[in-house]
Amino acid sequence: MATDAQVFPASEPARWTYLDKIRTRPGPFTNRDLFEGKNVAENMEKMKVLVIGAGGLGCEILKNLSMSGFKDIHVIDMDTIDLSNLNRQFLFRHADVGKSKAEVAANFVMKRVKGVKITPHNCMIQDFDEDFYMQFQFVVCGLDSIEARRWINATLVNMVDEEIEDSYKPLIDGGTEGFKGQARVILPTVTSCIECQLDMHAPRAAVPLCTLASIPRQPEHCIEWAHVIAWENEKPFPKLDNDDPAHINWLYQKALLRAMEFNISGVTYSLTQGVVKNIIPAIAATNSVIAAACCNEALKIASNCAPCLGFPDNNYMMYSGNDSIYTYTFKHEKKDDCPVCGNLARELAVDPAWTLQELIDSFAARPEAQLKKPSVRAEGRTLYMQFPPSLEQQTRPNLEKKLTDLGLEQGQEIGVTDPAFATVSFKFKLKFTKKT
Amino acid sequence: MTEIVMSQTPPILHGPSEKERKYDRQLRLWAASGQAALESANILLVNSGAGTVGVETLKNLVLPGIGRSAIYDDETVTEADLGVNFFLEESSLGKSRSQNLTELLLELNPEVQGSWYPNEDIKSLESLLSSPSVFTVILYTNPIKPEYLSLLESYSQKHKTPLVAIHSAGFYSYFQINLPGAFPIVDTHPDETATTDLRLLAPWPELVGFAKDLTRDIDNLSDFEHGHLPYVVILLHYLEKWKADHGGSCPSTYKEKTEFRSIVQKAARTDNAEGGEENFDEAAAAVLKTLVVPSLPSGLKEVFEYEHAEPAEQKSGFWLIADAVKKFYEKHQSLPLPGKVPDMKAQSKVYIQLQNIYKAKARQDAAEILETVQATPGGEDIDPAEVDLFCKNAAFVKLINATGGKIKRADRLKEVAAQEAVSDEMAEMTLQPLSLLPIYLALQPTAHVSSGDKISADGILEGVAKLVPGAEENERVVQAAHEVARAEGGELHNVAALVGGMVAQELIKIVTKQYIPIDNTCVFDGINSRTQVLRL
Ligand SMILES: [Zn+2]
Repeated sequence: MATDAQVFPASEPARWTYLDKIRTRPGPFTNRDLFEGKNVAENMEKMKVLVIGAGGLGCEILKNLSMSGFKDIHVIDMDTIDLSNLNRQFLFRHADVGKSKAEVAANFVMKRVKGVKITPHNCMIQDFDEDFYMQFQFVVCGLDSIEARRWINATLVNMVDEEIEDSYKPLIDGGTEGFKGQARVILPTVTSCIECQLDMHAPRAAVPLCTLASIPRQPEHCIEWAHVIAWENEKPFPKLDNDDPAHINWLYQKALLRAMEFNISGVTYSLTQGVVKNIIPAIAATNSVIAAACCNEALKIASNCAPCLGFPDNNYMMYSGNDSIYTYTFKHEKKDDCPVCGNLARELAVDPAWTLQELIDSFAARPEAQLKKPSVRAEGRTLYMQFPPSLEQQTRPNLEKKLTDLGLEQGQEIGVTDPAFATVSFKFKLKFTKKT
Repeated sequence: MTEIVMSQTPPILHGPSEKERKYDRQLRLWAASGQAALESANILLVNSGAGTVGVETLKNLVLPGIGRSAIYDDETVTEADLGVNFFLEESSLGKSRSQNLTELLLELNPEVQGSWYPNEDIKSLESLLSSPSVFTVILYTNPIKPEYLSLLESYSQKHKTPLVAIHSAGFYSYFQINLPGAFPIVDTHPDETATTDLRLLAPWPELVGFAKDLTRDIDNLSDFEHGHLPYVVILLHYLEKWKADHGGSCPSTYKEKTEFRSIVQKAARTDNAEGGEENFDEAAAAVLKTLVVPSLPSGLKEVFEYEHAEPAEQKSGFWLIADAVKKFYEKHQSLPLPGKVPDMKAQSKVYIQLQNIYKAKARQDAAEILETVQATPGGEDIDPAEVDLFCKNAAFVKLINATGGKIKRADRLKEVAAQEAVSDEMAEMTLQPLSLLPIYLALQPTAHVSSGDKISADGILEGVAKLVPGAEENERVVQAAHEVARAEGGELHNVAALVGGMVAQELIKIVTKQYIPIDNTCVFDGINSRTQVLRL
């Protein structure tokens, strides 16, 4: 173990002295077959890396990557800065409220850290094609939306071409909620992917409509009633804008009156906003932990100076700070029936007495599917298509038919697509829960 | 009827203030009370070494609005600082590190007060510590000068100030929280699912009467009414029947409980349109969880059995209430009722009535405890809200650092090292991850070695041998020593940021007295991306 091994300094040796000692010299755990200290600093300076999200995690990720010797960073975020971001998104100031997150964050870091170039993209990830994503060495994701994560995951997995080594783009993903969070590394087609892990993030069970409509018991039921039923009936504004205080106020007031009617206590403005916008508590400290865990993996992937998550075993770190500190770092197994990275169809338990409509509605709630606008095909036949309108109209009558009447059988494979995942067709194998 | 209610004067609406909007995402975690505690805290960082981990910690405290932050740092800014510390810039070179750090940190939140030392008026750590301002918490980062450490330790003892040590070198780090005495927490925020306490095995008369009224004619209830009986009522009804058939005793063994569960499940009506009843499903699902004879939770047991290190401690609100709760427990063989009823399928009116029955009992229990508290000398001025909070959380109260300084740290380290070695030997069998104590051991000998000075792996192992004789032979300790030597005292920004996040979480928990802090050392391994908490 050569701790006296030579340091190969970066372009500014004095500045990066701490980093160079680690990234250009092998340690006791370094895989010597992969590691070559001599080129590390130079290679990292040339690497082009992509950050998705310039919010709570994104701000930290941009800071961490530029303090880790990366010099060519792109960042995508379509959001603008809100007052409620300032308790953690430390690259933004009060005067920045309303401006583009990607642009303000990029400018701030470039001003602070000499020699780093950050290219902001004030748009959606779906606005770019594979050619765009192909130019990066890896992607670090700090998002709050599961949809966007699934989209980039599917895109990166799809880009893999076994013939081309450069087509494997590691995806490093972080997420937080309150004092908890997770960091994971996805090596497309090699490790389990975000779609394989989807059931770890099950959607919250929806309150039945009849509870909202006739037997509310909780303040949340009153708020959901105002949100789902009262708003639709009264349409006080043309379109609900969750960020408009006047709209939230209207819902709050409706919910409060309903709560009074049923003697339910606990409806507040803050709770109304929380329920309607599905607000997840977020603090600087947890973002700091999770973003740094992600960027620590980025440094290891880029330099091989220490083994990274995903290779060979553990690929997932769970973190919880509620009760003491607890981390669980483990290997999440790849699923052969993963619709994105596997090649087997996934079993889908369905009641044969269901109509096609019932099947389609069930996709949104299933933890392993979570598809909101599914179109369904079977054996080359289109059973239902959401788009284009002409095809939708043509296939609409099928919605009322029973699955068995549509000729679907036990064990049959169906293909499901969703506009949120343009490139992916989810393969399912029907498993009837009752005899036909 | 709806019309009448709707035409009443709408309630006065007051939206959130600007400050509430800014802090919205964190107020949902620690509420206004936690925020107030944070805003009255005064924190000191004594910064040394590469100097990033402490600053990253402060960043995470300035953002949520800590009251005051102070940095003591002797160093001037070098090129190496700019490669690891984000809160310095080109123009900081050659200037006071504490001043430049403070200025760039304060930009993050105009509501935070900050100061830096040494300055023209206060030139040494000693004079800072003898100034009238009292710190809520003190952090220091290794490598620290030994004379600074002894100043901080004596300040911490004198003022009962929590003292936090942080060490970050390369991929490795640990931090250690030294609390000045036993540290109780009431508002521990347990998982919602854990907090259900329905007292079905020992219902009080109002609850029994309520359940009887609803189930008196259970077989003749309409499908709607039957399908909307709250599961609490269903379980109480069938428990009565069970008791009648079993000489007055409730199902207690697992076998009896599953038998009881199938009785409940079979009582559901299946000849209706849905082919079953959701409320009976809920009741069956709740059998194993709710039909449990309550035992004294370990956290509270520790509180009840705690022997005060000094008499002054006994007079604090927490301990007075804890004593009253103990008396209550001895008298009733149960804890005060928390009073929360989980959501369950039921008609609105019936559910609210049920909720009120639980709330009334909870209020009654809390009133009894308040009375005991007020009858105790020193208890007259206790805030009833504090008693209420204790009663709601009694089962989840937690005592940190209960054994305090009873065992000498050096002895404890040897003891823990022996335990960890044993569990590592069994790790392959138990599938437990390997101990991270080797990292802590390898960092210890560098605690006072300034960042510029190299220390070899052999030098580190010599130091380890002095702490835990024999440990220097352990292969994993040897590896850790080499990894520490590779860093030569330098920090990796990511590891500093990660540990700075963890330390900030811990300080928030200590300052707000919410959630549960670590007891007392957390080691981070950046090579395997995992942590371990050890009591050292
Ligand atoms: Zn997959």
